[in-house]
Amino acid sequence: MLIPCPHCGIRPVEEFTFLGDARPVRPTSNDPATMDQWFDYVYLRDNPRGRFDEYVHHSGGCRSWLVVTRDTETHDVFGAVTARDWAKQHKGRRA
Amino acid sequence: MTAFRLAKGGLIDRDTALGFTFDGAAFTGHAGDTLASALIANGVNLMGRSFKYHRPRGAVTAGAAEPNALVELREGGRKEANTRATMIELYDGLVAKSQNRWPSLSFDVGAVNSLASSIFVAGFYYKTFMWPKSFWEKIYEPLIRKAAGLGTASKDSDPDKYEKSYAHCDLLVIGSGPTGLMAALTAARSGARVILADEGAALGGSLLFEQEEIGGLSGFDWARGAIAELASLPNVTLMPRTTVFGWYDDNIFGAVERVNDHVLAPSPYEPRQRYWRIIAKKAVLAAGAEERPVAMGGNDIPGVMLASAMRHYANRYAAAAGQSVVVFTGNDSGYRTARDLKAHGVHVEVIVDSRADSSAEVKGVPVLRGRLVADVVGRKGVTGVELTDHTRISCDAVAMSGGWSPIVNLACHRGGKPRWDEAILGFVPPDVGPGFVAAGSAAGRMLLSQCLADGARAGTLKGKVPSVPKCRDEAYAAAPLWWVKGGHGKAFIDYQNDATAKDLPLAAREGYRDVELAKRYTTTGMATDQGKLGNINAIAILAEATGRSMDAVGTTTFRPYYTPVAFGALAGPFHGHHFQPVRKTPLHDWAHELGAVFVETGLWMRSSWFPRDGEDWLAAASREVLATRGGVGLCDVSTLGKIDVQGSDAGAFLDKLYCNTFSTLAVGKARYGLMLREDGIVYDDGTTSRLAEDHFVMTTTTANAAKVMAQMEFAHQALWPDLDVTYVSVTEQWAQMAVAGPKSRATLQKIVDDLDMTDETVPYLAAKEITVLGGLPARLFRISFSGEHAYELAVPADYGNMVARALMQAGEEFGITPYGVEALSIMRVEKGHVAGGELNGTTTAADLGLGKMMSTKKDYIGRMMAQREGLLDPARQCVVGIRPVDAADRIRAGSHILRREDRPSMANDQGYLTSVAWSPMLNMWIALALVSNGRARHGEIVRVWDGLRGTETLGEICDPMHFDRENKRLHA
Repeated sequence: MLIPCPHCGIRPVEEFTFLGDARPVRPTSNDPATMDQWFDYVYLRDNPRGRFDEYVHHSGGCRSWLVVTRDTETHDVFGAVTARDWAKQHKGRRA
Repeated sequence: MTAFRLAKGGLIDRDTALGFTFDGAAFTGHAGDTLASALIANGVNLMGRSFKYHRPRGAVTAGAAEPNALVELREGGRKEANTRATMIELYDGLVAKSQNRWPSLSFDVGAVNSLASSIFVAGFYYKTFMWPKSFWEKIYEPLIRKAAGLGTASKDSDPDKYEKSYAHCDLLVIGSGPTGLMAALTAARSGARVILADEGAALGGSLLFEQEEIGGLSGFDWARGAIAELASLPNVTLMPRTTVFGWYDDNIFGAVERVNDHVLAPSPYEPRQRYWRIIAKKAVLAAGAEERPVAMGGNDIPGVMLASAMRHYANRYAAAAGQSVVVFTGNDSGYRTARDLKAHGVHVEVIVDSRADSSAEVKGVPVLRGRLVADVVGRKGVTGVELTDHTRISCDAVAMSGGWSPIVNLACHRGGKPRWDEAILGFVPPDVGPGFVAAGSAAGRMLLSQCLADGARAGTLKGKVPSVPKCRDEAYAAAPLWWVKGGHGKAFIDYQNDATAKDLPLAAREGYRDVELAKRYTTTGMATDQGKLGNINAIAILAEATGRSMDAVGTTTFRPYYTPVAFGALAGPFHGHHFQPVRKTPLHDWAHELGAVFVETGLWMRSSWFPRDGEDWLAAASREVLATRGGVGLCDVSTLGKIDVQGSDAGAFLDKLYCNTFSTLAVGKARYGLMLREDGIVYDDGTTSRLAEDHFVMTTTTANAAKVMAQMEFAHQALWPDLDVTYVSVTEQWAQMAVAGPKSRATLQKIVDDLDMTDETVPYLAAKEITVLGGLPARLFRISFSGEHAYELAVPADYGNMVARALMQAGEEFGITPYGVEALSIMRVEKGHVAGGELNGTTTAADLGLGKMMSTKKDYIGRMMAQREGLLDPARQCVVGIRPVDAADRIRAGSHILRREDRPSMANDQGYLTSVAWSPMLNMWIALALVSNGRARHGEIVRVWDGLRGTETLGEICDPMHFDRENKRLHA
């Protein structure tokens, strides 16, 4: 697989480390009433067939965390943004 | 010259004689031969024994699909088992041995298996060797292993080198027959970057042995011209001897180039093989088609060959498989063999054509139409054939053709399934998109003109498809010819696994109707050749037995590798010393000078102990502990992860990472920090210091340094991108050493500049930027892992050895002693400090006795999930000390804790010893342990049960801090 790193250009997958689903958003509250949200955030993951946004670390490159959009069936890569930009785009969104 | 080397023709160099041995007998061949062709030319058709029945076997193909002629090539460390004689290029001095026979190829004791073949039916192993259970491991399995198996691996290490390499191209062409050459020419002429790869020793594919006519030239001459043109172009890379073995995501292809398998030994500057990763914008599968055998009795007797293989040997290698040949075919291509052999002066007795309505003919060769060969007769060689109508015909070789199968493998490596094409009686590749297209006979287009046109089309990357040279097409008409029933002999469909045609209806009757199940039940298609020849016959027989169509049965799954790839090629240069990098600390030379024994910790080499005359590790480490606690010791702690954190939000960022608070830490102070995972379990610990309002230096454990860094990057970039903070690993930039013991201050005082070290100027947990040895920048931390009055001193990495030596000199009057990680570990167990054994991915802060560190005033990673009920359960295992009741008893790490009255069982398990050390201070073995509700059980006497070694002792649960419980020494 080849991943288009926004900083480094197209690089082979061996330079990257995959973490997983980028959709869940970390809750902001420490209120015990939000425990279900936390549980979802820490443990519950979809396992979709098809288009998928996932956190990928360019650990063997610029060390940026990226969100790579990939087809889990064909492994086609549609694009990548930095996790920083992703976080700003998804601010306030609930998982 | 034997009668089997044809007088004329072939691409061999008759002026170059090459000597080789097979099973110790000396033979001669020519440059351009393969081992198989040279053996055939020497009249040797018997090349191996089969897997199960040990039947005599010869080459049935002339190429990569060969299931029979597998040999052990070369000797010693260079020996390679299961190499195909049909693919081995002959060289002078070649040594090969047949395999799977004992004591010799022509007299093989294992052949008695075939006398008992009625019991060796499909599923025999599964059915028979089930009982009694204990017999499997002790008797059946070793016996089967000895009797079966193919070649043996060498136990010597391989002296040759292997490389890995990358290539990029606009068009990768796989296969260099007419289709591949046309595709490569078309793309190359348009200026595209082209790689043309072919598994053969020479480029040209079928044009190397078929009698064709292209553009007014012979097929071979046309190919030679095309290859010369390609070779002259700078944008073309020609890769003969290169097998493209797999197709992967993003149009990446794996290939192995046999750089030096065709010589006696590689030059010391070249690899034997090179493993390629080829990244192709587009690729063309021009792998051609494989001829199928016919399942008839005795179709494995040496001298029975695919029809195309027999003319391949004659046309390319001038080698005759026999002197009187019967051709048995169900399609027109078999006639080519009769024609070509006849042209070489080989007698063709008769063509037996299964089709009654065929009109094909070869001048001067009789044809029996609508007739079937039921049996090939002979033992170690062919003596004749018997037709289903009992007609007997004498001959010494049989050429068979059951039709052609497009070589679809690579196109199916990413999950695509091939489709049955009734017109050509073969499976054709699935459409897998524009990045990888099949062309020519690999796509089921069996005529030469179709191949050339297809190649030109596939090679056109932009613009109009160019016209192609005119050629003469050979007729291609085929009828199904899978299995001739009624023969007496065994009719093999998988030669290598000795699976016969009858096995498949048996599998179907026993319920293994699915093609994948039938494969595993009968072992059809499972060996090193992966059923390249007979799989389609097997599918047809299964289809008939189960009343289904070919498409409904389908093929088994195609996976890489197309042909076997040597482990050496996969490993490349990454073995032995180069298997992984070695990290040496900045104090490595200093420790080495003092005789340190090093231990691998991840990639690091850490000084473990510093033995003096005759000391073992325990004696050395004990002495180092006593010297440190009695005076002063020096330990290399450079492997700890060190991360520099700066920015106006540095404190706030650390508050997110650690469960305790760092934003309140005073400048010039250090604090122990504990990190959790988001699920509430402890992740890492270390001491982090504040050097300025916006500048912290963090330390991590050696093991987690890289992981903590990645987690910080995630936390900052993905979770809290608005924080103004930057951080960088400085692990490699600083040499760090612990100076510990009552004389540590006096020792350090002698090397620091302009600093009167007192409890006021350098109090406990101070972190200061200072200079040493007359201006060398350094960082001084008053922290202690040993429990002694102690410091850690960090200096720029390149000065590490020098400063360590200076400290040794400074401490000489106090008897300074270097100590390693063993002594370090003893002292931390004495002090009850948790480390890897306790931070094991299952423990919470409270389990470690550090629950009070968890802040309730801020959000941090792991805060919420750490509050889960299960993690707050008082019965959880938590850290305690364990010491033997009888101080003379030894206790060992991993031993389990049981109540005194309980028997060992999972239900009675109370916990286990996580860390054990011999304490030279207490003169006994001491331990840390995780024990259920342990903190409430101090004083309880328990059983310390070591099931592994079969020992048990009585121990007492105690406070984890075994030594100096009041911490008097720390503040001394």
